[in-house]
Amino acid sequence: MAVPPDAPPMPAAAPRGLLERWADSDVWHSFTQSWLTMAAAAVTALLVIGAALAPLVAPHDPFDLASLSVLDSEVPPAWEKDGQARFLLGTDNQGRDMLSAILYGMRISLFVGVCSVLLALALGTALGLVSGYVGGALDAFIMRVADVQLSFPAILIALLIDGVVRGLLGQEHGARTAMLVLVASIGLSFWVQYARTVRGMTLVERNKEYVQAARIIGLPPILIMVRHVLPNVVGPVLVIATINLAIAVITEATLSFLGVGMPPTEPSLGTLINNGYRFLFSGSWWMTIFPGAALALLVLAVNLLGDWLRDALNPKLR
Amino acid sequence: MTPPLVEATGLARWFDVTPSLWARLAGEHRLLKAVDGVDFAIRRGETFALVGESGCGKSTVARLAVGLYAPTKGSIHFDGQDLSLLKDRRRSRALRRRLQMIFQDPYASLNPRWRVADIVAEPIRAHGLLAGRRAIADRVGELLTQVGLAASDGARFPHEFSGGQRQRISIARALAGAPEFLVCDEPTSALDVSVQAQILNLMKDLQRSLGLTYLFISHNLAVVFHMADRVGVMYLGRLVEVADVDRLFRAPLHPYTRLLLDTIPDLSMSGKPRGPVAGEVPSPIAPPPGCAFHPRCPLAQDRCRREAPLARPRADGGGTVACHAVEEGRA
Repeated sequence: MAVPPDAPPMPAAAPRGLLERWADSDVWHSFTQSWLTMAAAAVTALLVIGAALAPLVAPHDPFDLASLSVLDSEVPPAWEKDGQARFLLGTDNQGRDMLSAILYGMRISLFVGVCSVLLALALGTALGLVSGYVGGALDAFIMRVADVQLSFPAILIALLIDGVVRGLLGQEHGARTAMLVLVASIGLSFWVQYARTVRGMTLVERNKEYVQAARIIGLPPILIMVRHVLPNVVGPVLVIATINLAIAVITEATLSFLGVGMPPTEPSLGTLINNGYRFLFSGSWWMTIFPGAALALLVLAVNLLGDWLRDALNPKLR
Repeated sequence: MTPPLVEATGLARWFDVTPSLWARLAGEHRLLKAVDGVDFAIRRGETFALVGESGCGKSTVARLAVGLYAPTKGSIHFDGQDLSLLKDRRRSRALRRRLQMIFQDPYASLNPRWRVADIVAEPIRAHGLLAGRRAIADRVGELLTQVGLAASDGARFPHEFSGGQRQRISIARALAGAPEFLVCDEPTSALDVSVQAQILNLMKDLQRSLGLTYLFISHNLAVVFHMADRVGVMYLGRLVEVADVDRLFRAPLHPYTRLLLDTIPDLSMSGKPRGPVAGEVPSPIAPPPGCAFHPRCPLAQDRCRREAPLARPRADGGGTVACHAVEEGRA
């Protein structure tokens, strides 16, 4: 032991500012060690801030029909021949500025992606934890439901849920409701992966002696699950979540393409890619490449952050 | 004489190991009788050791003694209270605080995500023994010092410690609730020999200063000789012999106890020819009829193959032995 026995009994619990404690923490320290992580964080922050502040940052409002002109349609990026300085990344077939459309689209994509991943994560982790810890008939029931759901493609489940909700609410509803339906249908179709991962790890952890020690102390099962098992199974779940964020954004794009997602008046990143895809062969490559690059950049940066987070949260690698 | 602190009567724990669902539905059951009718009593302040080969049911007894398993048959009482009470979490709070366990694997018995101070403080918080951060932190520091660590080690994580140090943390956690009875399930078998002695001596010192009662599970006879006051020898889920440690090591009666003692390596015996140990431990799923030890026993007769021996008092009055040969004076 490096510390002499006459050291003070415990580190002084002097009240410190949250910022100060964060700057002193191990997680922050490991963050500053890797330039790749910092670059990924910078890119993510840039994209998220750009998306969140789209109405302030974007040069045009792509939803303001009065400011659009068909004469501006299919203008190439500013550095190409025939490019215009006011449309940095060019325009689409309706004369909307691509840069503005990407910023607004990313806003919708990010919101739907993050919310549906959070929903799937919460649902899957809770069910997996209970399933693995309690076991028996409850475990069998939850896992058979998961098996049945896994035998359908996730997109089909999402379509089904979307259809049921639309049937209940009627066809007429605004973009806000469409967004919530998207979040619910994507979230409910992705919980299985979390549940299975968490259950498998819970089965391993629940038989470890530290869980038995907690049981001897007399802690109720719910506290053992939350305090002891959960921190030891949550690492891989976070990595799955970052990868799933990309899949959720793509699923949302597919649903939008199939006409059950966001209405065409408020396109998401996925809708933009699908929209531009039809013009790829006519030479207007910027209409699909730029939204695609934005999506790829977002997904890559978030994945790198997830990787770092997994390592930073593992005390053995500190 | 004061009543014993812990008393097991006819204690049994069977596990259903029926291989398939279909066999189960057909009403077919294969039972593994891990513990099958064990009686023992532990007096306050003494160390009772259970020895035996792996798979003989020692660890199952340990888990029964802290309520991790419920007995299939029989009962185990702690200070007059039936331990099946532990299933009711609310009513058994006070009882739980008085029993604790030290585990075999120091790498699995501490939550890797928790700081040592939180691990040691867990029983204090769970039982509401102390109020206030300061008071708990002081107590944790005191406990860590008591087991030979520094109070400041509480801020570190378990993986920063060696096996022996982790076992000390485990002991500190076990002591945090100020228990009277500690179940130690092979606490040193995962440690280096040099560290084993330190941990054993620490446990002996703590027993002396805190008046603890130990149920000590081990397969290492040298460790048992060092630690125990009384020893129970287990074979296939049953106690074959119980005696004071001196009597058992000096004058073992049961043929299995003798076989175990013969296998202890001894410097003065090096180079001497030894009789090889005959046979394997039979499967506890299909134990042999009669005395479970008869296939390996040099004294086995027809009666041993038919009739299971009962535990009878040893001729010298200290403990019991379950053997037909001893009873008939053939041993």
